[in-house]
Amino acid sequence: MVIADKYEMVCGLEVHVELQTKTKIFCGCTTEFGGEQNTHVCPVCLGLPGTLPVLNREVVNYAIKAGLALNCEIAEFSKFDRKNYFYPDLTKDYQTSQFDLPICGKGGLEIEVDGEKKWIGITRAHMEEDAGKLVHSGETITTSYESSVDYNRAGVPLLEIVSEPDMRSIPEVLAYLEQLVQILEYTEVSDCRMEQGSVRFDVNVSLRPIGATTFGIRTETKNLNSFSSVRRCLEYEVARQARVLDAGENVVQETRTWDEGKGITLTLRSKEEAHDYRYFPEPDLAPLVIDQEWVEGIRKTLPELPVARRARLQGLGLSAYDAGVITSGKAMADYFDTALSYYSDAKTLANWVMGDVTRLLNSNQCSVADSPISAKQLAELLELIDKGTISGKIAKSVLEEMYSTGKDAKIIVKEKGLAQISDEGALLGIIDSIIAANPQSVEDYRAGKDRAIGFLVGQIMKATKGQANPGLVNQLLKQKLS
Amino acid sequence: MSVVEKSVSELHELLVHRDVSSTELTKAYIDRIHSADPDLQAYLTILEDQALAQAAEFDRKIAQGEDIGTLGGIPMALKDNMCTEGVRTSCASKMLDNFIPPYNATVTDRLRAAGTILLGKLNMDEFAMGSSTENSNFAKTRNPWNLECVPGGSSGGSAVSVAADEAAFTLGSDTGGSIRQPAAFCGVVGMKPTYGAVSRFGLVAYASSLDQIGPLTKTVRDNALVMNAIAGHDLKDSTSVPYEKPDYTKFLVNDIKGLKIGIPREYYGEGIDSDVAKGIQAGIQTLIDLGAEVEECSLPHTEYAIPSYYLIATAEASSNLARYDGVRYGYRAEAADVLGMFKTTRAKGFGPEVKRRIMLGTYALSSGYYDAYYLKAQKVRTLIKQDFDKAFEKYDVLLSPTAPTPAFKFGEKSANPLAMYLSDVTTVPVNLAGIPAISIPAGFVNGLPIGMQLMGKAFAEGTLYRIAYTFEQNTNYHTLKPNLGEVLARGNR
Repeated sequence: MVIADKYEMVCGLEVHVELQTKTKIFCGCTTEFGGEQNTHVCPVCLGLPGTLPVLNREVVNYAIKAGLALNCEIAEFSKFDRKNYFYPDLTKDYQTSQFDLPICGKGGLEIEVDGEKKWIGITRAHMEEDAGKLVHSGETITTSYESSVDYNRAGVPLLEIVSEPDMRSIPEVLAYLEQLVQILEYTEVSDCRMEQGSVRFDVNVSLRPIGATTFGIRTETKNLNSFSSVRRCLEYEVARQARVLDAGENVVQETRTWDEGKGITLTLRSKEEAHDYRYFPEPDLAPLVIDQEWVEGIRKTLPELPVARRARLQGLGLSAYDAGVITSGKAMADYFDTALSYYSDAKTLANWVMGDVTRLLNSNQCSVADSPISAKQLAELLELIDKGTISGKIAKSVLEEMYSTGKDAKIIVKEKGLAQISDEGALLGIIDSIIAANPQSVEDYRAGKDRAIGFLVGQIMKATKGQANPGLVNQLLKQKLS
Repeated sequence: MSVVEKSVSELHELLVHRDVSSTELTKAYIDRIHSADPDLQAYLTILEDQALAQAAEFDRKIAQGEDIGTLGGIPMALKDNMCTEGVRTSCASKMLDNFIPPYNATVTDRLRAAGTILLGKLNMDEFAMGSSTENSNFAKTRNPWNLECVPGGSSGGSAVSVAADEAAFTLGSDTGGSIRQPAAFCGVVGMKPTYGAVSRFGLVAYASSLDQIGPLTKTVRDNALVMNAIAGHDLKDSTSVPYEKPDYTKFLVNDIKGLKIGIPREYYGEGIDSDVAKGIQAGIQTLIDLGAEVEECSLPHTEYAIPSYYLIATAEASSNLARYDGVRYGYRAEAADVLGMFKTTRAKGFGPEVKRRIMLGTYALSSGYYDAYYLKAQKVRTLIKQDFDKAFEKYDVLLSPTAPTPAFKFGEKSANPLAMYLSDVTTVPVNLAGIPAISIPAGFVNGLPIGMQLMGKAFAEGTLYRIAYTFEQNTNYHTLKPNLGEVLARGNR
């Protein structure tokens, strides 16, 4: 991105994603979202004196799976460390995290912006425990009369994915985030429910004069929780830094916070005030040794990832755009693939899924996963069109009926008598009566006015309430009039 | 001989033959506590009603002919840093004065499963930081051999209650000598097991990579019996080792012929009391007479053990003790804002030694100092381990005095923390190496007991028990009792 033709933006992201294991990282408590305050807790995740952590193996499995999907190296030897700082949302006043030996090393993913492909590097990804949630009577902890804390979330496993400072524009940042979230959803390591705070973003950004080879001074804005916040935050921060540089001043290296309501970033703490986390190896947990067999076992469980899936759908004749839309979410892609196993015309199927099906779901605020029309039912409906049992137009109303009743297409067609009239005998009778009733149009057609036949077909369709097979009507009518 | 003076194995015989009931036994210990503890102050919490209820339940079981096991019905007590469900666990700190855990430590569970009777919770240095129990926020525990002297620490209450027959046995915890040194000062047997042999779950952490729970007992046999009950792998402690736990009593044979014992010369350096050295020399002669092969050897990095220990232990402590912030449980001071609440709570809730160690540890981990202090100390720790590994290629065990001096007087060292730290010189290398060591009674200096320390390879507790048992069978130190006449008389008035 070029700001006033003077600066280039440099951005890297830290993404914290909750892993959707059933139980917490170091104890047996549920990770379920919500619940009455402080009910999903035990002495271990409350950090009561004398308790000890025991690592949940499933968390390691999920971290390996995410790492493989993000093309990361999986460390044979990694360990946990304590990150020490005082805050009431921590139960032990340290967070058990990974410092210098994370489980996932270098990796990356490919993004596409305006038809151009680009590789965004991932520096590392590490496991850690989430903190509790503070609820203030006022705006912040310092301005509140009282604050309470809910530790239900304390100890929920997180994977922190750190990117390289490889992104140069806001569209690149958003493409990276979309790709990343897609991959995490596809691998089912996280449900990525942003409204529940299960994905959170820290944005590192700096500007440099166009052509410069070294990075400028960066700021880090913490704890954003939606793509739109990331976009707005970057727009604000880039403009702010550009003003600072334009004024001949230096950007201050600091940690900032995002005010969602005002749409601005504010200083949280300066470099001098930065926490000294006093990391040291967690003495309550043994180092983590992951052998090749473990990694390969997980690799076998990896699903087809979005990039591969898009390529496969394009191979079936879908446009790049259509393949992108279909694979944008795992649920939609899975719905499509299930339907495809019953109905082989991918292009027609894609039109229906992206068109009428999506429209119906959206207008009812229903997710693909919860669709009352199963993928198999959709495939059966499309079969009826291909066989000539119903027309495409009738099929649209059948689809709506399927949505509200959950019934199969065949049953609806039968119950409502919607089957197309393809019986030549029956049609010829109707055609004869229409010809007899419209001598002028017949004259016109015979005089060479082709349009007249359209009128006659329309009359026949009207007489059959749209159920006449339009192709057959056309053919028979022409025979009659010739 | 009063029943409370008997060993665990003797009490077991009395219970099995119905010569005494657990209720009678428990009452006898409670009477003794009421008489002796006003002077000795070993207990912070006495569980009279709960103990008698547990004893009555046990007596019903034995009446129904149930198998009582080797520790069934035996009254004992725990250091107040081991969690006991529904019973205050204070770590002798104002910070946890009102803390009642909703769970048991694994050792508490295991001793309960073995049928023992919990008499109460014992005094200690605050958060197990100290060598004299003078750092307790609540009580001044006295040495039963000389009321002017400290009992040692940090498990002072655990050693005194065994020495003064206020419990049949106790558990202590040992991070840098906290079982062995008070055992030596009070004339009892104290075992610091291999790191990972006994679960730390429910032991309030001081220094996680060094802490280990172990028994304090009147005899070596008792010690092996208690180890049988508490040792072994625990899924709740990731640092607990899944090893095949032996029956430790199998090692109790009166025979050490041909065993090789090394005497590390570094343990007899400056600061070792000459009478203590002489006493240990006499003990060594006894072992030679019994057929052991004894030789001087070297553990060259010993002099770096104290500085390394006080960096590693305090670094871990600074993090382990961060959770005492007033937010969730324990002591909370009022203040205008949350930061003020943190600060005031910790300023008022911790004693001076705890604060000193938190500050030392915080400093050692700070950015810019980490490499020079914490990391360097970890490297030294590896060298100290290697010293031991090398020595154990040649020797079955190593032998030294448990402490450089006998028990010292109250206030003698508490004004000078460094002098206090240096008194741990003979015990801390063992914790750094993670190996087991036992202290056994080995004589007296000026009427105060001294202890002999035997150090072994990881998981070689059995070899230590064998030598300790043989020494005990051929000496009478363990049969000598402090004269508690005046103490008991005062308590009974």
